[in-house]
Amino acid sequence: MSEMTIHLKIWRQARGAAKGNFETYTVEKVLPEMSFLETLDLLNEKLTRQGQQPVEFDSDCREGICGTCGLVIKGTAHGPNPKTTTCEVRMRHFRDGETITVEPFRAGPFPILKDLVVDRTAFDRIQQQGGFVSANTGSAPDGNAVPIPKIDADKAMDAASCIGCGACVAACPNASASLFVSAKISQLSYLPQGGPERGRRALLMIGQMDREGFGDCSNHGECEAVCPKEISIENIARMRREYFKGALGGHDRKAASGD
Amino acid sequence: MSTFRSHVWSSVGKKMITGLTGLLLVGFVAVHLLGNLTLFIPDRGHAFNAYAYFLEHAVHGWLILAFEAGLLAVFGFHIVSAVTVAWTDKRKARPVGYALVRNAGGKSRKGLPSTSMIVTGLTLAVFVVLHVKMFKFADHPSVVYDGKEMKDLYAVVVAAFKQPLIAGLYVAVMGMLGFHLRHGFWSAFQSLGWNNDRAIVVLEGLARVVAVLFAAGFLALPLYILFFVDPSVSGGHR
Ligand code: HEM
Ligand code: FES
Repeated sequence: MSEMTIHLKIWRQARGAAKGNFETYTVEKVLPEMSFLETLDLLNEKLTRQGQQPVEFDSDCREGICGTCGLVIKGTAHGPNPKTTTCEVRMRHFRDGETITVEPFRAGPFPILKDLVVDRTAFDRIQQQGGFVSANTGSAPDGNAVPIPKIDADKAMDAASCIGCGACVAACPNASASLFVSAKISQLSYLPQGGPERGRRALLMIGQMDREGFGDCSNHGECEAVCPKEISIENIARMRREYFKGALGGHDRKAASGD
Repeated sequence: MSTFRSHVWSSVGKKMITGLTGLLLVGFVAVHLLGNLTLFIPDRGHAFNAYAYFLEHAVHGWLILAFEAGLLAVFGFHIVSAVTVAWTDKRKARPVGYALVRNAGGKSRKGLPSTSMIVTGLTLAVFVVLHVKMFKFADHPSVVYDGKEMKDLYAVVVAAFKQPLIAGLYVAVMGMLGFHLRHGFWSAFQSLGWNNDRAIVVLEGLARVVAVLFAAGFLALPLYILFFVDPSVSGGHR
């Protein structure tokens, strides 16, 4: 296969530093079937051999399921291809000799830890506010004992495929976390198990989202386009309904009456 | 825990206010447009002046005041919530921006209409002030129809739009209104939670129609007056 030479314009920021800057590196002998992260690995081996600090970036599964990786490549979160995570980006999508700009996910609530690694624990704190169902422990109930309409089960599953990578925030012109939070709220709102805590969940999770300092949603829909799991913005509309009913006390009253 | 005020002024609450006031403004602007259509009748402004007279007199004095106060409040809430969403909170949430931003395309609805909402909106705000000053608080000559004296608003409108600069500015601003509604119309439903994967197709189509209808309806008028209204011929229209 034809080898490529790739120039990488990468954001470098020292740990604890308030500011960073771009550095441009050249990587030779890049194969088209290599992944983008393997190209960064190649660069890091070279930097290490030269006694320089390797470029820090996040990854874990490298097969698009864990949500750990996340870079803005050529101006798009998770790179130029839709429906993929950063670790699924292949070098065949780039030209020989191309300069590729690589930036971290940028948002105030995602502070940069080092280079391309950002702290996404804001998502965890939002989840801890209500992205769960409270259940007594014991043996698991029979799956078929709780009937759920197929369409609801499908919608819940679609929402549940969110891997919490944060690309929606990175791509949003307003740095809003609405798509993430709406996926988590929607998922449980479709299922009977999520019923009792429905109103509180929306209020608490959205309250935390706002406290973390994420922006408000202008309905640009850029989040849906970069989402590796194709989470639809219809979840954001649903989240707003959940919030409205929660604020009026609708859901909780319903839950209390056992309806 | 959380108070009513924190709910109303949350990220979701702000969008609901923006969407609801936006739709109310669409309603107001639609009625305004229908009223303006009377200017196309070649009757030297009789129908238009009579309609303006009706608005000011048939509805009781305090009612029109209440309506005007309500409208002012709707504009006020719309501007405050929308500017908070699209400017203040947006700036705060991403202190350091990207060196390179490319639109993802695909299912994204991001485009010039959506990213220029703040520009088209603030232009509309300046426009509304000047517009009200120019037509509502102008010195109106009077005209007598069937023994009844009325303000000749028609004369003021024609005098204004006979100036190519004013007619041209109106056309430009009404084009911006079209842009504002191209994104705003469907976006308002999404903000209010009245949307899903099937409805969005219809709403987006409607947004296109509303944008074109409103822009075309409003910008046709200054052009029509500039080119076709001639007070020297009978009926006043060429
Ligand atoms: C008077 C000055 C105005 C300003 C400053 C303004 C500003 C804005 C801004 C910045 C947004 C985007 C908010 C966001 O990012 O979510 C917006 C949305 C909107 N505007 Fe305006 N606007 C104005 C007038 C109007 C008028 C006259 C109409 C109707 C004819 C209108 C209808 C809408 C609608 C329907 C939306 C969508 C609401 C949503 O996304 O929920 N606006 N406006
Ligand atoms: S590393 Fe797990 S999704 Fe990319």
